[in-house]
Amino acid sequence: MQQRTVLSRPISLAFISPAFILIALFLIYPFFSIFSMSFTNQALTGAAAKNPQYVGLDNYAELLDFDTWMTRGEFGSSILITAQFVLGSALIGQAGLGMSIALLFYRRNDLLRHLVYTLAIIAWITPDVVIGFAWFAFLDPNTGTLNNILGLFGLPAQDWLLKFPMLSIIAFNTWRGTAFSMLLFTSALSAISPSYLETSQVIGASRWQQFRDILLPMLHTTIATDLILITLWTFNTFTPYLLTGGGPGYQTELVSIYTYRIGLQNFEFGRGSAVAVAVMLINLVLASVYLIVSRARKTK
Amino acid sequence: MKSGWLARVLSNILGVALALFFLVPMLWFVFAPFNEHATLSVRIPENFTLNNFQVVFSNETAVRSLLQNSVIISGGVMVLTALIATLAAYGFSRGSLPGREIITYILILFSSVVTGTASLVPIFVLIYNLGMFNTYQGVILATVGGMLPTSIFIMRDFIDGLPRSYEEAAMVSGASPLQIFRDIVFPTLRPGVLVVAVMAFVSGWGAFLTPLILIRNASMRPASIAFYQFYSDEGSPNIPLVSTYAVLYTLPALLLYLFINARYGFRFFGGIKQ
Amino acid sequence: MASLNLTQLRRHFGTVKAVDNIDLAVNDGQFVALLGPSGCGKTTTLRMIAGLELPDSGEIKIGEKPVTHLPPRDRNIAMVFQDYALYPHMTVAENVGYPLKVRNVQAVDIRARVNNVAEQLQINHLLERRPSQLSGGQQQRVALARAVIHKAQITLYDEPLSNLDSKLRLEARAFLKHLQREVGVTSVYVTHDQAEAMALADLIVVMNDGKIMQVGSPKDIYQTPANMFVAGFIGSPPMNLMACTVDAATRTLRFGDNLALQWQHDLPQGAHGQVTFGIRPEYVSIRPAGEPGTLDAKLYVMQMLGSESLIMLHVGNQLVSARLIADDLPELPERVGIALDQKRGFFYGTDGNRLI
Repeated sequence: MQQRTVLSRPISLAFISPAFILIALFLIYPFFSIFSMSFTNQALTGAAAKNPQYVGLDNYAELLDFDTWMTRGEFGSSILITAQFVLGSALIGQAGLGMSIALLFYRRNDLLRHLVYTLAIIAWITPDVVIGFAWFAFLDPNTGTLNNILGLFGLPAQDWLLKFPMLSIIAFNTWRGTAFSMLLFTSALSAISPSYLETSQVIGASRWQQFRDILLPMLHTTIATDLILITLWTFNTFTPYLLTGGGPGYQTELVSIYTYRIGLQNFEFGRGSAVAVAVMLINLVLASVYLIVSRARKTK
Repeated sequence: MKSGWLARVLSNILGVALALFFLVPMLWFVFAPFNEHATLSVRIPENFTLNNFQVVFSNETAVRSLLQNSVIISGGVMVLTALIATLAAYGFSRGSLPGREIITYILILFSSVVTGTASLVPIFVLIYNLGMFNTYQGVILATVGGMLPTSIFIMRDFIDGLPRSYEEAAMVSGASPLQIFRDIVFPTLRPGVLVVAVMAFVSGWGAFLTPLILIRNASMRPASIAFYQFYSDEGSPNIPLVSTYAVLYTLPALLLYLFINARYGFRFFGGIKQ
Repeated sequence: MASLNLTQLRRHFGTVKAVDNIDLAVNDGQFVALLGPSGCGKTTTLRMIAGLELPDSGEIKIGEKPVTHLPPRDRNIAMVFQDYALYPHMTVAENVGYPLKVRNVQAVDIRARVNNVAEQLQINHLLERRPSQLSGGQQQRVALARAVIHKAQITLYDEPLSNLDSKLRLEARAFLKHLQREVGVTSVYVTHDQAEAMALADLIVVMNDGKIMQVGSPKDIYQTPANMFVAGFIGSPPMNLMACTVDAATRTLRFGDNLALQWQHDLPQGAHGQVTFGIRPEYVSIRPAGEPGTLDAKLYVMQMLGSESLIMLHVGNQLVSARLIADDLPELPERVGIALDQKRGFFYGTDGNRLI
């Protein structure tokens, strides 16, 4: 069937080609190249730099050596640490706080709301390095603001990053990323017609019942979308490195930091690629779930 | 209202607490730059001074990082992303390519899978082999490549909202495809282009890991890495200067984002990247 | 200016025959209206003439030149869109001058032509405004100005008045007619509004289901509809179409039990047995019940429409309308007789076509 389009096929291909070249080069090629690299012992320096050898599944065997992989600083341990971090900072922290703020300011448009929203967005959009430094100062064991505030209530000062490193980066990432969930839930809530809630108020439902019976069912695809996306992002975030460097003693070495250390500090590309393959496969699962959910939402 | 003044007061207290929660860790930046003897604690400066700014501006490397390297990198990312994404989205939307829905989704999938430090391992090797290590274009192209799928997705949303009759009227008037794009489509898509451009600029400006890995030459590094200019040889920061530099570095991107957010509101496009 | 010829033009969308092998010849300078219900293929036909849609088969010629597969920009045409398609980022002057700009006309000449056309269309005071600052009627004129500026061979109109309210639409219609008389360019005009087609066109093409039902002058189309579709589509209210049995030997028309009528004239060829009898409401008159030469009818409803009244009656089990020019509704008993002006009646065969 012939259909006149604004652009003929060759011209539309010409329009697309710059994007296609960059995407092929920096997204598609890297994806496939890490698979082949992960079967070699390629590195930046040393004997393997010039002539990388094919090592089969050695890199994977080392990664998944079940005798040692749960040792601090090994792959299994970093996966476990990342899981705790995602659960605490994304699923509970960001999504929970984001939903609470969206509900607290539901149908409010006053100064306080604008203040909270603007501050949360600033926390979200300020560059990583600056945020890292801000929290470094905030948590400082001697003169940090947090300890100063606790001191006002007579509580003892703590060296947060040394004693509670995991808790610190969870609080940090919650603070950092809540704005996204907050904005997403706010826009979803504002799309719900107020007549639903008014009807239930007339019937005499309590606030909790209104939330559970009216809002929650209408928000469930939004919530699914939010949880998958923030999981994906938090799983890949590197920013806590700026606070703890993965320490102390690898206690906060997330998978992203582990990958960085192996592949980009030690320049063991072969082993680093094996880690990257594992990370990308997990990403693939999360992203696929997201696309299925969002397509389902679109067709609904 | 049944729930009366008590609920109101409680919810306001909660709101104030939330505002403090987001404010307090940043509060330090409001005061430290204006205090010559700033420490890591929040203190209102006794002798208000702009001296820190003077010192920062006399550090040539730091200034070059901020006003040259960061501007080139994020400017390049902004221009290339906005232009290439708009062209591609237009080609997808108005061309006759089969399977463009699927292609867009696959691209989005790739952009969310090939991300973070995991993607930097192969990208480092690639950039190194392409001879673009230690160059602006290496950082720019790698960043643009990662941003394109989501940007194309966003632009498609805007293009789908464009009445086809604009382009048809231009076709009938005698315009060529390139004229239609230049005279009609690009100008009418200005809000979308602006949103994508600002997103690209902000993310290029804030990027830390990619330039850290792809640029080793200190005189070419962007502001996000130039903080180390204000660390002593033993690795401890000069606190007044670091805070001053942080403020100078943050403000442009932050103001730009807040402006776009206020003007066009929060838009969530189903893109998978921030 | 040029003539336009469509030969066996066809465009199917999947199983939908949007345009089904149509032929049409438009003379140089003629104003043609494509008229029909929505989905009849009129817009697809127009878009194929514009080059915005490509035919599956058939040929389009502008003048002597086949243009069937040429892109729009190589056809030298102009088009007015339903939503006007005025570019929001350009001023009125830039909008109107755009067809000249893409033809690389010098800026000074563009300015002169724009001023010229703006004067003709009485929009010279609007030239520096943006489309968003104009009323609907003003936008419509700007769209017209953009269409007439580059002296196209053919001007195409896609329901250009349908976004105006009814008062403005009448004004715009008159203006368009006036402009057409001045410019005199070959035009194809798509509309679903029969009054618009009647008022503007030299030639009306009635379409249905992708086919041309009738081509003719407004007068032809109204007074001698070639088939039951045109008869039922044109006119408000449309023609009465009554099931009828004809006995050609005795020239008797039967509309039901005890509803017979003696035909006074020659019956057309083939008017025998089951046919459909058609007559416009203005040729149906109301008489006292039982008067010779009338059919018995029962009053159903009467509607006062200003200068005329519409009376609807049951004849047997068929509904018939009669139109009365009167200032007021007449006082009528429940049972009346109706007389048909036999010179104005038509017979349609079982295939729907008029019997001649």
